[in-house]
Amino acid sequence: MHLAYPAVLSALLFCTGLYGVLARRNAILVLMSVELMLNAVNLNLVAFDVWLSRAAQETLHSGQALTLFTIAIAAAEIGIGLAIVLAVYRNRGTSDIDRLRDTAEGHGDDTDPGTDTPAAEKAEATA
Amino acid sequence: MSLAAAQHGFLSPTGVEIAFLLVGLVTLGAALVTVTTRQLVHAALWLVVALGGLAVEYLLLTAEFIAWVQVLIYVGSVVVLLLFGLMLTRAPIGRSPDADSGNRWAALTVAVAAAAALVWVVVDAFRSTWIDLDGPAAGTTRVTGQSLFQNWVLPFEALSVLLLAALVGAIVLSRKAAAADPPPGAAPAAGTPGEKEGAR
Repeated sequence: MHLAYPAVLSALLFCTGLYGVLARRNAILVLMSVELMLNAVNLNLVAFDVWLSRAAQETLHSGQALTLFTIAIAAAEIGIGLAIVLAVYRNRGTSDIDRLRDTAEGHGDDTDPGTDTPAAEKAEATA
Repeated sequence: MSLAAAQHGFLSPTGVEIAFLLVGLVTLGAALVTVTTRQLVHAALWLVVALGGLAVEYLLLTAEFIAWVQVLIYVGSVVVLLLFGLMLTRAPIGRSPDADSGNRWAALTVAVAAAAALVWVVVDAFRSTWIDLDGPAAGTTRVTGQSLFQNWVLPFEALSVLLLAALVGAIVLSRKAAAADPPPGAAPAAGTPGEKEGAR
C-alpha cells in the first residue's frame, strides 16, 4: 500500500476536526472534534510504524506504543473535559462557548446578557 | 523503497488499497457530517461511524491490537461518555439552529487552507513510499505486547498514574459542592435546584 493513502486520509481528518473545533459552539461538539483530530494523529502513527517496521531493521514499535498512549490519554481527556463542561453547565446553565467570555479582553461593557455576574463567578469558585 | 514503489503505480491499485480508499471515504464522510450536522445526538452517532471506520483502517494496516483497542475504548466508552454529556447538558433533540458559531466561514477558510497545505506536502514527500503489507502482521497482540513490556514499561506505568489522577480529578470536578456552605450566588446562576439535580 502506498504510504500516501493513510497520510492523506489522516491530513483530511485532522482538518475536519480543526474545522469542528473552530466552528462549533457547543462545548461537547468541540470535544468530539478534538477526538477526530487525535484519531487522525493515531492513524498517522500506525501507518508510519507499519512502514518503518518493514523498512528498518530494529524498531521499538514506537508508533504503536505511542498510539496506545494517545488513546489512553484521550480517554482521560474526555473524562476531565466532560466533567468540566458539566460543572460549567451546572453553574451557568449553558455549555455555549460563545457565552463564556469572562476572561475576554476589550469588553469592558459586556453586552452579552446573563453571562458574567459576580455571583456566577463566586458560584464557580466554590463549586 | 523507491525501487519497490516503481513497480506499484497509483493507477493500478491493489485490493487492499481499494478497500482502504472505500473505507476512508466512508470515514471522511462520517467525520464531515459529524462536524456539520445540526442535530447534536446525530453528531455523536456519526462519530461512531468515523471511529469504527478508523478501526477498519487499522485492520487493513495489519495493526490488529490497535484496532480492537480503538473499538473498545473509542466506540465503547468515549462515545457513550459524549452521549451522556449531551443528555446531561439538556441537548435539544432535533435541530438546534445555533450549533455553529458565527465564525464558521473563517474556520472553513483555515481548515481548507490547512488541508491543502498538508495534503500537498504529504503527497510530495511520500509519493513513492511503499508499505510492504505482506509477511507477518506488524501489529499483532504478541508483537505489540513484547515491544510495550520490553521497551515501554516506564511510560506504561506512568500512564496508569495519569489515568488514576484523571479519575480522581473527574470525580472531584463532578461532585456537588458541600451542602454545608450553600453559595449564595449559586441558585440564580444555575437556574432551578431541580436542574442541578438533573445535571448531576
